[in-house]
Amino acid sequence: MTALTKSRRAKGSKLQRGEGLAGWLFTSPMLLILGLFLLIPVLMALWVSFSDWSGRGSPLSGSVNFVGLDNYRDVTSGGGLDERNFGISMRNNAWYVVLVVPIQTALSLFLALLVNRSVLRGRGVFRTAFYFPSVTSSVAITVLWLFLFSTSGVINKILSWIGVNGPNWFNDPRGVVHVLLDKIGISGGPEALTSSSFLGISLWEWSSGPSIAMFALILMAIFTTSGTFMLLFLAALQNVGAELDEAGMLDGAGAWRRFWSITLPQLRPTVFTVVTLGLIGTWQVFDQIYTGTQGAPGKTTLTPAFLSYQTAFTGQKWGHGSAIAFILFVIIILLTLFQRWALRERPVPKRKRLRRLKSRTEEGSGA
Amino acid sequence: MLGVFTTEVFATELFTTVLELFKGEGHMRVNKIRSLVKISAVLGAGALVLTACGGSGFDDDEDDNDSAQGTNGGEEGELTSSDEALEILIGSSGEAETTAVEDAVAAWSADSGIDAAVSVANDLPQQLSQGFAAGTPPDLFYLAPESLAGYAENGSLQPYGDELENKDDFYDTLVENFTYDDEFYCAPKDFSTLALVINDDIWQEAGLTEEDYPQTWEDLTEVSKTLTSDDHVGLAFGAEFERVGVFMAQAGGGLMADDQPEADSAENVQALEYVQSHLEDGTFAYAADIGAGWGGEALGKEQAAMVIEGNWITGGMENDFPDVNYSVVELPTGPGGEGTLQFTNCWGLAADSSNQQAAAELAQYLTSAEQQLIFSDAFGPMPSIESAADEWTDNNPELAAFLAGADYAQFIPTLVGSVDVIGDFNAQLESLASGDPEAILQSVQSNLEAIAE
Repeated sequence: MTALTKSRRAKGSKLQRGEGLAGWLFTSPMLLILGLFLLIPVLMALWVSFSDWSGRGSPLSGSVNFVGLDNYRDVTSGGGLDERNFGISMRNNAWYVVLVVPIQTALSLFLALLVNRSVLRGRGVFRTAFYFPSVTSSVAITVLWLFLFSTSGVINKILSWIGVNGPNWFNDPRGVVHVLLDKIGISGGPEALTSSSFLGISLWEWSSGPSIAMFALILMAIFTTSGTFMLLFLAALQNVGAELDEAGMLDGAGAWRRFWSITLPQLRPTVFTVVTLGLIGTWQVFDQIYTGTQGAPGKTTLTPAFLSYQTAFTGQKWGHGSAIAFILFVIIILLTLFQRWALRERPVPKRKRLRRLKSRTEEGSGA
Repeated sequence: MLGVFTTEVFATELFTTVLELFKGEGHMRVNKIRSLVKISAVLGAGALVLTACGGSGFDDDEDDNDSAQGTNGGEEGELTSSDEALEILIGSSGEAETTAVEDAVAAWSADSGIDAAVSVANDLPQQLSQGFAAGTPPDLFYLAPESLAGYAENGSLQPYGDELENKDDFYDTLVENFTYDDEFYCAPKDFSTLALVINDDIWQEAGLTEEDYPQTWEDLTEVSKTLTSDDHVGLAFGAEFERVGVFMAQAGGGLMADDQPEADSAENVQALEYVQSHLEDGTFAYAADIGAGWGGEALGKEQAAMVIEGNWITGGMENDFPDVNYSVVELPTGPGGEGTLQFTNCWGLAADSSNQQAAAELAQYLTSAEQQLIFSDAFGPMPSIESAADEWTDNNPELAAFLAGADYAQFIPTLVGSVDVIGDFNAQLESLASGDPEAILQSVQSNLEAIAE
């Protein structure tokens, strides 16, 4: 993305005056549409999050008052149900992100590597098959998932063949981590975790892991998005020159070594894109919840995006709803910044470079 | 999906531009300044359009709004009147309901000479909210009691209950259900209550007769035990206050008493403990836990011998399980007497409607005995007026238990914010089997107290 902007800008400086105007002219329909349907609603929502708008008439009319951070305070530290709901939704979504983003990134990279191999027969078939879930409507997939994971559904049937008594997937509010702890005999949380709390729910509740219902949705997210990201990795892999790989081969590096030291570093920009899009997408889970579980069972599939909608439209608390949306926005921005920092190009330290060079020459002379 | 993706790309693009601005990698300062100017220009333009929008799109009937808000205080005598057509928004249960309402409205239109169009909402709360925000709500619409307080509070609704000629004919509990701040807001359009629905075949197989229909909690315990087998449980119901609440009512409790939160009363604890003990011994079960979407499905698939459901079960059984025989009887009495819950909707009237007079007349027409009996025939629920009771019972003798519940039914609290409180209660009820009834009810009590202030 950055490279793209840069090159565009470099060219832009050489443009004639008239061309700049023509450029604005050509982009103006899109800018207008984006402004009208994206920017203005966003700004209005920002205003609503600082106001006491009750949902009647225009939020910009004289009777609506500025209430400062009241809405944000209610949601993050009010001590009531608003705070608790927000805490629960943050807990659910955090677990969702922690599980979905790494797995979908790894899986999509793995799939891309598989279908990128020139020796693979029927590559086209596999590429299409892996990409297929991504072009299917999320509503359709959600409905399919509800059927597959119903108590007497296909998944539980298959599990029964190997002697496993499948859970009641979409009706099971128990957290996965707590279920596992229960298996090894830990059923209640230690005093330190149950007595202190954050955002209205105790640390022990934070540690519960995604509920079994949420876990089914996590599987669904991985299933549907891996194909899209596989495509991104595939495109990047086609750009990785074969000569570097060959050079590595000549140096005697095995396949594993070549992947970690040659291929992966060249995929860094794509990894950044995939993780960024993954983070944004997973923090905004809405469709699956709205069409599927509506937050049930036991609020364990409640996500901030759905909570924001529910608070505003059914709860009639528009300020709270918008405040949740903007807190979510800030979280996504912060995580993206952090991730950008973590994936930055690091200059190799001098000493390390020297050592590397030395060892390589030694190897060379040894051979 | 595509829209979401474009949004993401746009957001990323904007974000990258902003990032570059702050990064300071030694690019030319001119570039920085240029992008700064660009961004502020875009934001400025946005703000400009925003104010323009505010001026034209949203506020053009601000005066109307204000005057309507003014009347909201109690001068309900002054309903607006004009010759504009009426818009009616309903949340339909299906084809049958849509057609019935459309026919009734068409008949009224032909009679009164006022045009009226019925539309069916996909998501009623959302569409209503949008209408109220834009100042162009439908004139008359289905309104759930739990939404009443919120909309009444922000002045979106016009109370008209006291204007109705058939006002004294409505059941008292229904009028109470739609009364907010001592104002009877809207005409209850119909109602349903909960009763005990029994699968006849399982009942007879277990050697039970009509004599054995449970009259008390002890009877219920007894028959549930008899009816429980490897294939099915005795009694099933949804894991929500909207079902479990009947036991609280029968114990003599309830979430509210005289408009005050009473969730943690001893009666309620007793009710939840009773339910809990039978969830534990396996004679009762939540519908979801035995793999059914709702009580009707559990009954139809013979996963449960008895379920607690409302009038809507007749339609569900007819569509999905036409061969299953069932009987509807009154719920047993608990230590506190008879108890059930009622569910209802009313015909809400918008404060921003320009023809409230006609809309109120239409509501009165739609709640007349004649129309309500037609509706009841078409899609299930019971007439909300007492004068239609006898005829309804004559038409539906096998469903009489539902109507009998009208005399002692409680309703779901309707305070602003009660939806969230009930939602939280329901989430806790799902794990009632392993939970602590007293702690659950205490949390409900503190949540209710927070919104009752």
